[in-house]
Amino acid sequence: MAIVHKSPLATKPKAVDAEFDRRTFLDALLAVGFVSTAAAIAYPVAMYLVPPATGEPETASAVAAKAGELKPNSGKVFKFGNRPGIVVRTPDGELRAFSAVCTHLDCTVQFKSDTSQMWCACHNGTYDLGGNVVSGPPPRGLEPFKVNVRGEGSDAEIVVSRA
Amino acid sequence: MLQTAMNWLDERLDLTDIKAFVKEKGVPLHTQEVWYYLGGLTLFLFAVQIFTGILLLLYYRPSAAEAYESVQFIVTKVPFGWLIRNIHSWSANLLIAVAFAHFFSVFLLKSYRKPRELTWVSGMLLLFLMLGFGFSGYLLPWNELSFFATKVGTGIAGAVPVVGHFMLRLLRGGDDVTGATLSRFYGLHVAVLPAIATALVGLHLLFVQRQGMSVPMKIERRVNAGEPLREMPFFPNYILRDVLAWYVALALLAALALFYPWELGTKADPFAAVPPGIRPEWYFLAMFHTLKLLPSHIWIFEGERVGVIAFGLAAAFLVFVPFLDRKASRGERSPVFTIAAVAGLVYLVVFTIIGHVAK
Repeated sequence: MAIVHKSPLATKPKAVDAEFDRRTFLDALLAVGFVSTAAAIAYPVAMYLVPPATGEPETASAVAAKAGELKPNSGKVFKFGNRPGIVVRTPDGELRAFSAVCTHLDCTVQFKSDTSQMWCACHNGTYDLGGNVVSGPPPRGLEPFKVNVRGEGSDAEIVVSRA
Repeated sequence: MLQTAMNWLDERLDLTDIKAFVKEKGVPLHTQEVWYYLGGLTLFLFAVQIFTGILLLLYYRPSAAEAYESVQFIVTKVPFGWLIRNIHSWSANLLIAVAFAHFFSVFLLKSYRKPRELTWVSGMLLLFLMLGFGFSGYLLPWNELSFFATKVGTGIAGAVPVVGHFMLRLLRGGDDVTGATLSRFYGLHVAVLPAIATALVGLHLLFVQRQGMSVPMKIERRVNAGEPLREMPFFPNYILRDVLAWYVALALLAALALFYPWELGTKADPFAAVPPGIRPEWYFLAMFHTLKLLPSHIWIFEGERVGVIAFGLAAAFLVFVPFLDRKASRGERSPVFTIAAVAGLVYLVVFTIIGHVAK
């Protein structure tokens, strides 16, 4: 877009070169200036709009529960870094832990004691005690975590860490 | 392409009168024309504030527990967050400085005289609003300095006779400056004040467009005597000059933001002692220092209360200047008002400097 306006300050060119006169050149120069300014503003703004990566937690382990809290055939959702995890005691008394983030659309799964399965309430996805998909829309099984028990008796801490 | 778009709009909306207005709008050229840039410059800085302010809203959190951390997050973690915040802070200060310069230039040129009384009134209200923006925005990072400055500032509101205590509670959202105050100031800063300011700016600009630029009295007399007045087309000639001034402001902002980053300070702690040397932003310093100098009692009244009433009267006087200065409205000289303006300027400059130097 060329600004076509005769400024009163502009002197009339003697021999008008229609292809490339002084005015066209100055208009182009001005346009380049404006476009560069717009770019210099747009770049930081665009970068600013993209949220910064908060990064995964450095220490990928957390205390999920006390051993006494979990009876056989029960589960508990706990905070693992900034995402939820789930720790389960199977009917046989074995402890297992997984990421509680459903692989379908990131809802949080829960333990269902009547079926002894992990169940996502959002779209009815179910996972077995190994974290594998049993039914429903989840594309993959739940990410398994490693479980360690620190201490003795019912006060022992169930420590979950990334496998 | 632009021409095609214009034609498309023209066919549907008939832009004939707008086009004629833009084509005919001229800006007078004379020895005092430099002051014309200040209004446009204020408008530009106001636009910068709206733009950067909206960007800051994306990450800022208005609560006592999170405000400081969220600003810290913006300046340390968000890409270019430091730039956006520094520009917002610096532009706020430049905006107030330029708005004051605009105010004094219009005052001294007596541009408020008939028929521009309402332009002056809307401008005066805008200047007060800008101070309100500064005061409310200062608290938002929730740091030690802003916390105590807000205590003092709202405390001054509490010194207003009769309605003082009510106003203080209204501003603070309680008896003390707390997270409730932060919520209120936030709402004021990002919703209430912008809404009023946008409406007033629109009105202010509408008045200016309807009436054209004011010409200094001396030159107006010569024009009335038959002397021709040189003019420059507003579009594109004058607007390009305006843009040039905006570019200078933008460059200054960028340089300030880069070399003098705005400090965040330490997080506000309501139970900590007031840090020494507590003082408000520079544009409140003159007022702050005046109140400090007043004795505790003037005759039978509390000194602070007298000061606050005096400031209120001065503000009211400023709003009504066009209606008080009858001589200027008749096109005659009004030296009393010139002296008042110069005295006001000298008072503000001297007291701001003393307030800055004083311990």
